[in-house]
Amino acid sequence: MAAVLVSTTINGDSVEFACPPEESLLDALRDRLGLTGVKEGCGTGDCGACSITLDGRLVCSCLVLGAEADGREIATIEGMAENGTLHPLQENFIEHAALQCGICTPGFLMAAKVLLERNSNPTETEIRYALAGNLCRCTGYDKIVRAVQATAKEMRQLDKKKSRRKKS
Amino acid sequence: MPLSAGYLVPMINVNFTSSFRPALGGADALEIEATTLRELMRILVAKYPRMQGHIDDGIVLAINGEIYRDNWDVEIPAGAEVFLMPRIQGG
Amino acid sequence: MANDPSYTKQKLKVIGSRVKRPDGVDKVTGRAKYGADHNAPGQLVALFLRSPHAHARIVKISTARAEKLPGVKAIITSDDLPDLTNGDAGARDMLENCMARGRALYDGHAVAAVAAVDEQTAKKALKLIKVTYEILPHVTDVDEALKPDAPVIHDYLYTTGVDPKPTKPSNLYNVAEFGHGDVEKGFAQADVVIEKSYKTEQVHQGYIEPHACVASVNSDGTGELWVTTQGHFTYRSVCATLLGMDIAKLKVTSSEIGGGFGGKTHVWIEPVALALSRKANRPVKAVMSREEVFRASGPASSTSIDVKIGAKKNGTITAGFAALRYQGGPFPGAIPGMPWAAIGAMTSFACYNLANVKTLGYDVVVNRPKVAAYRAPSAPMIAFAVESTIDMVAKELGIEPLDLRIKNAAREGTRACYGPVYGPIGIGATLKAVKNHPHMRAKLKKNQGRGMACGFWFNFGGQTCADLNIATDGSVTLTVGTIDVGGSRASLSLIAAEELGIPYEQVKAHIGDTGSLGHNDTTEGSRGTFSSGMAIVFAARQAIDILRERAAIMWDIPVESVVWKAGHAKAEGKKYSKLKRLSLADIAAEAPNTGGPIAGHNESVPDNAGVSFASHICDVEVDPETGGTRVVRYTVIQDAGKAIHPTYVEGQMQGGAAQGIGWALNEEYIYGDDGRLQNPGFLDYRIPVCSDLPFIDTQILEIPNPNHPYGVRGVGETSIVPPLAAIGNAISNAVGVRMDHTPMSPPRILKALEQLDAS
Repeated sequence: MAAVLVSTTINGDSVEFACPPEESLLDALRDRLGLTGVKEGCGTGDCGACSITLDGRLVCSCLVLGAEADGREIATIEGMAENGTLHPLQENFIEHAALQCGICTPGFLMAAKVLLERNSNPTETEIRYALAGNLCRCTGYDKIVRAVQATAKEMRQLDKKKSRRKKS
Repeated sequence: MPLSAGYLVPMINVNFTSSFRPALGGADALEIEATTLRELMRILVAKYPRMQGHIDDGIVLAINGEIYRDNWDVEIPAGAEVFLMPRIQGG
Repeated sequence: MANDPSYTKQKLKVIGSRVKRPDGVDKVTGRAKYGADHNAPGQLVALFLRSPHAHARIVKISTARAEKLPGVKAIITSDDLPDLTNGDAGARDMLENCMARGRALYDGHAVAAVAAVDEQTAKKALKLIKVTYEILPHVTDVDEALKPDAPVIHDYLYTTGVDPKPTKPSNLYNVAEFGHGDVEKGFAQADVVIEKSYKTEQVHQGYIEPHACVASVNSDGTGELWVTTQGHFTYRSVCATLLGMDIAKLKVTSSEIGGGFGGKTHVWIEPVALALSRKANRPVKAVMSREEVFRASGPASSTSIDVKIGAKKNGTITAGFAALRYQGGPFPGAIPGMPWAAIGAMTSFACYNLANVKTLGYDVVVNRPKVAAYRAPSAPMIAFAVESTIDMVAKELGIEPLDLRIKNAAREGTRACYGPVYGPIGIGATLKAVKNHPHMRAKLKKNQGRGMACGFWFNFGGQTCADLNIATDGSVTLTVGTIDVGGSRASLSLIAAEELGIPYEQVKAHIGDTGSLGHNDTTEGSRGTFSSGMAIVFAARQAIDILRERAAIMWDIPVESVVWKAGHAKAEGKKYSKLKRLSLADIAAEAPNTGGPIAGHNESVPDNAGVSFASHICDVEVDPETGGTRVVRYTVIQDAGKAIHPTYVEGQMQGGAAQGIGWALNEEYIYGDDGRLQNPGFLDYRIPVCSDLPFIDTQILEIPNPNHPYGVRGVGETSIVPPLAAIGNAISNAVGVRMDHTPMSPPRILKALEQLDAS
């Protein structure tokens, strides 16, 4: 079967690529576009290391076809920092040692970002269940949860400051 | 082994793990004149050639409970408690 | 005193601070490059054809049709891999494990490999390779393999370690014995004797990053290998040997590693990737799928263990006995040296002061993948058995399990069950810390129970090289050879900064490829920070001597009058009181005129990383209706030496505990009657997820290692040893069942509860 032409937006940039119809979005991102921040840990949607957002929704890119990206918006880890400024989650992961080998880190950051966008004050249990789709073998998750908690608190305080400024 | 006048190489009591006993004629402890692991190995192999197999497989020396896995030139203090056992790997 | 490794009790400026790791930004932005993230121009994709049978003779492999497929550039079978191992049995087994030679020895054993222009073509090519198998009887269980009627896997395998040598081959390849005293006498003296048998199922290290490499062999016989590994120098020697290349002609560059835990200390696909590249004359990229990782890399042993412990009414343990049966896959042993059951036998009663102890290690071959090390290899299984039995003895005697352990804990002067007499050790301190820990007094709810257990592991030193180079602006580059598995680059930079007296931010550490340094041993045995740290201390001290010489030249004074203090050269003596001190940067700026680049270098074999003890406390909640068990609270207390970077030490303790918890509750290789692995994926091989675990509390007992300038001890492995028994003991205290089979999964717990009800 002939290759499929895909027109999509990745981290805000318009991108076009061609791929075989059966190729996963994970493979298209890594092998055709050189975006190796997504990782293949299992290829079957069980480990979350390939997590991206598709139109804002957290998905495993190994379970999405490259062709399905046509006309949609993709966000990957490469787009998380803006103009060289790290996202508070990225800062706190480093600060709280929420990574050891780091292979699962991009996936966790995507999942945590989506969580905090939906819930700015998650409980420990809510954090743990939101991240249950991402496997980590090095950390035991302790410092990952603490980093997300610290970020949530920080971002709430920043929001408070912003809304106070708006009012005044 | 070279000995200069007035310089005596201490006798050390070396204990062995059970798996080395067949190669050592059944002994599990021997008195040997040596100051380093290297000398100790040389003497053992000269007297008990079957020890070469164990040495090739890897050998570890414990001096007073401290484990030396790779440093064959470590000095064995006189009167030290010395134990030879097979090499272990970690993960 | 340049190479004096003894512990210096000094006021530390930067060591112990929780700095940001140098590879942090790369890893949170996706910039860090792991094994599969590298590509070479014109590279081919490699795929492996693997046996679907647990044991089969390979009658014929026809590759003709596959070779004709357009886009296929090379196919490799064992015919393309001559045995160049020269009688080295360990190397030969490694060669055979990489590619079957005449027989497939386990489900997943590679029988052929293809390099093609893309994955689709390689997949098609695999389908076109015709393999004719003659299925042979198989055995996958360690006890089944020892039965007299079991299929004997190798007709050349005669048990070693027994006298006289057996006349018939068997699956038992080694027997090892350790211990001292007289256990029969000891048991006769006991008032209480508990005897029990245990089984632990096979588990995998579960690193999230599969094995991956890019291999490139040139027509002049030189080669390059980019690979995810715990030891790029070891991979270099092994690959070069297996392929008949000069070691120096193969350059291995390590990628960032996405987890190893011992599973990346051996080669799996790398030699074949190099062979494919050599045959095709193009670079070849080989990446294992998750299924391949489970079926064909190196999981830990599955085991069957008998333990017998005797004690007096007053709590003194009079004798300890253990018989350990461990399977190592289809080949004997670890790489030269100790086979797995033997290692387990050594660690079995290491936490205790016993007058009479005897342990026997039986190492067995089965038709399963070749076992590799997994974080304190062989220790968790026997610790499960011994620590569970200790709790049973305590119960029988009416003594608190913690107190029984405190009474019998090993101490300085104890003869270890593995032979030597202990110097100062930390088991007593960890037990005391457990006693004082608030976790022990926390309230428990219904169906909740608390358990504790101890663990022991050796730590190692090993061959290490380090380079310390000072740039003309005074910034320092460290080149080390120990792979960074968890943040050691930060710790090593802290050590260099401390020695030189400069800020941490002025130092940058990186892992050199095999062309940059002499041989460095693999990062295993908890040796990374200990060994490279030691080498960096000596390299820094050498650099300091040179800095003093250069300062002396700049001042035109004798070098004996120059001291190094707080990152500066100072001229000592009234004569020179007018001379202003020179910073590292000042001296470095003048280096081109005072003798050239300033560097320190060290090659050494640090030893005496010390042994490590840990005690864990665990609260579980068991659902009596489903058998589902949840860990509700967990505390790790470890004798960890000086914590160079405390956060990373905590991370090691938490990570090991989490792996042990998974091992205890859920993880196992499930084999069918056909000898095939039923669950080679993360869905059905269930490792702990975030919602399974609570926060894991840690207490680091900084008992300094006297044989390291900063008191560093090995730290990474011990924390996987206690969890299995800590959980088993907690379950026993929660719902009254004594589990003897891991994982203690819901069906097993339910069955035990039913049996308890019935009785």
